[in-house]
Amino acid sequence: MNFWEMFYKNKLMLTGSGIVLLFFLISLLAPWLAPYDFGQIDLTNVLASPSASHLFGTDQLGRDVLSRMIWGARISLKVGFAATGVAIIIGTILGAVSGYYGGWIDAAIMRFVDIMLCFPTFFLILAVIAFLEPSIWNIMIIIGLTGWMGVTRLVRADFITLKERDFVQAAKVIGASDLRIIFLHILPNAMASILVAATLGIAGAILTESALSFLGIGVQPPTPSWGNILTAGKDNIDIAWWLSLYPGLAILITVVGYNLLGEGIRDALDPRLKK
Amino acid sequence: MIPLLLGITIICFFVMRLAPGSPTDLQTQMNPKSSVEMKERLKTLYELDKPIHEQYWSWLKKISRGDLGISFSSDLRPVAAKIMERLPITIILEFLSLLIIIAVAIPIGVLSAVYQDSLFDKITGVFVFIGFAVPTFWLALLLMIFFGIQLGWLPISGLRSLNYEYLTPWMQFVDLAKHLALPVFISAFGGLAGLSRYMRANMLEVIRQDYIMTARAKGLSERDVIYKHALRNALLPAITILGLSIPGLIGGSVIFETIFAIPGMGQLFYMAVMARDYPTVMGILLIGAILTLLGNLIADVSYAVADPRIRLS
Repeated sequence: MNFWEMFYKNKLMLTGSGIVLLFFLISLLAPWLAPYDFGQIDLTNVLASPSASHLFGTDQLGRDVLSRMIWGARISLKVGFAATGVAIIIGTILGAVSGYYGGWIDAAIMRFVDIMLCFPTFFLILAVIAFLEPSIWNIMIIIGLTGWMGVTRLVRADFITLKERDFVQAAKVIGASDLRIIFLHILPNAMASILVAATLGIAGAILTESALSFLGIGVQPPTPSWGNILTAGKDNIDIAWWLSLYPGLAILITVVGYNLLGEGIRDALDPRLKK
Repeated sequence: MIPLLLGITIICFFVMRLAPGSPTDLQTQMNPKSSVEMKERLKTLYELDKPIHEQYWSWLKKISRGDLGISFSSDLRPVAAKIMERLPITIILEFLSLLIIIAVAIPIGVLSAVYQDSLFDKITGVFVFIGFAVPTFWLALLLMIFFGIQLGWLPISGLRSLNYEYLTPWMQFVDLAKHLALPVFISAFGGLAGLSRYMRANMLEVIRQDYIMTARAKGLSERDVIYKHALRNALLPAITILGLSIPGLIGGSVIFETIFAIPGMGQLFYMAVMARDYPTVMGILLIGAILTLLGNLIADVSYAVADPRIRLS
């Protein structure tokens, strides 16, 4: 059975990729989908509950919550992908070097991973971001810089088993360079687990971004993000439930989507790992 | 252990020092009377004028004596004292949530493995999957709206009511419990999904082992097989998972202590970060990492106590 047959047979994965695709389209088509300008302030219509003209209500400045959420989808995706990209690149390189060469360099990298894992990640992110001025670029980089340890361990484990295989020995015999062996021979065989880690990593990065923005040290207003709409929800918790409910649902659905997709890919690419 | 500790201090230190902007800005920029000279004096006071490795060394010497410096905030109190008065609240909260995680997640994991593919297994499976994806701060908001505002059953901020001092001891306890209910539940929530899924996977693996078949073959009741033979073996690795969940719990304290206005270490950390209070941020970052290290050490030791095979190897 090939990959695509597996793909269609796996309903959870189908649901996951449906959700992921949906949010992709929403963020791509945000300018056309959003019923209002996301920054349009209407002080005559502050904290209006959901109605036909404002499906998800308005916030404390009378801005349309649905429009802000649609643009917020863009931010979530951007941060999720960029942060995961950073984490995957660092994790793959360190893991590959560590697993391929072994010895003292492996020991050093693994010790560094141990040290990084001692920090409550959220503490580390918070500290760094607050000192670097919160901005969307800083968030992407910091979330990435604090999230590569799992990938490193994963890639290292793959490399340790793969480097003993015959095709690697064969490549060595014909005189291929270390770089060539690492990137062209071993890495493609480790892609399955990296892809799974990346998909699950995007879900984690989206959750982290929303928590940071919620605390006011992530994406800064007036740029809309799901997290900072929830801040307004907390400030108006006794009068405006819609500010709290809908953005959180969007986060939940997106994260479920990526988690389903990630686990689906794992099952499809490597049936041995299936629970 | 010692290299890890040193590594932790180095990372803590450089995180703070590589950041642009000087902590003295906060005290001088807003002050029209400040002069360049005064800025220099402040820099010398906080030793910001020395090279970075000397700053690190003098900081390391100080923290090894338990001196975390003086807070930059206007109260000018020692950081160690500020942390110590808040640490017990955070530790008690984390401990209570760990208890809840253990009490809820282990039975869920074990039962869903024993009754694999049953309705219970499917429902808890969905619950666990959603549990991984729910932003806990959002869940906190929803529970605050529902239990705090709609139903009015639970208070939504702080640890004590205003009339706490006038209550009888029993009512004081009830008051405290009501204030703690939501924060502890929220803090435990993140760990619930992880541990129950892990317990389920473990239990499924153990049930397929030969010694379980032996136990069945010699005619033990299903009850004895599951709860005496299988459960004990499945519980062992869970100790490690509990140890690994500690950084998550401590990190999460920032979020729920801020939401519920609980005067713990997480809230202090948040306030210090917002105020660019370097010594306090460094101090809490360090304490957080050391607590994690201690948690892992306790997990390792209890694993060795519980499983003699670990001690031999």
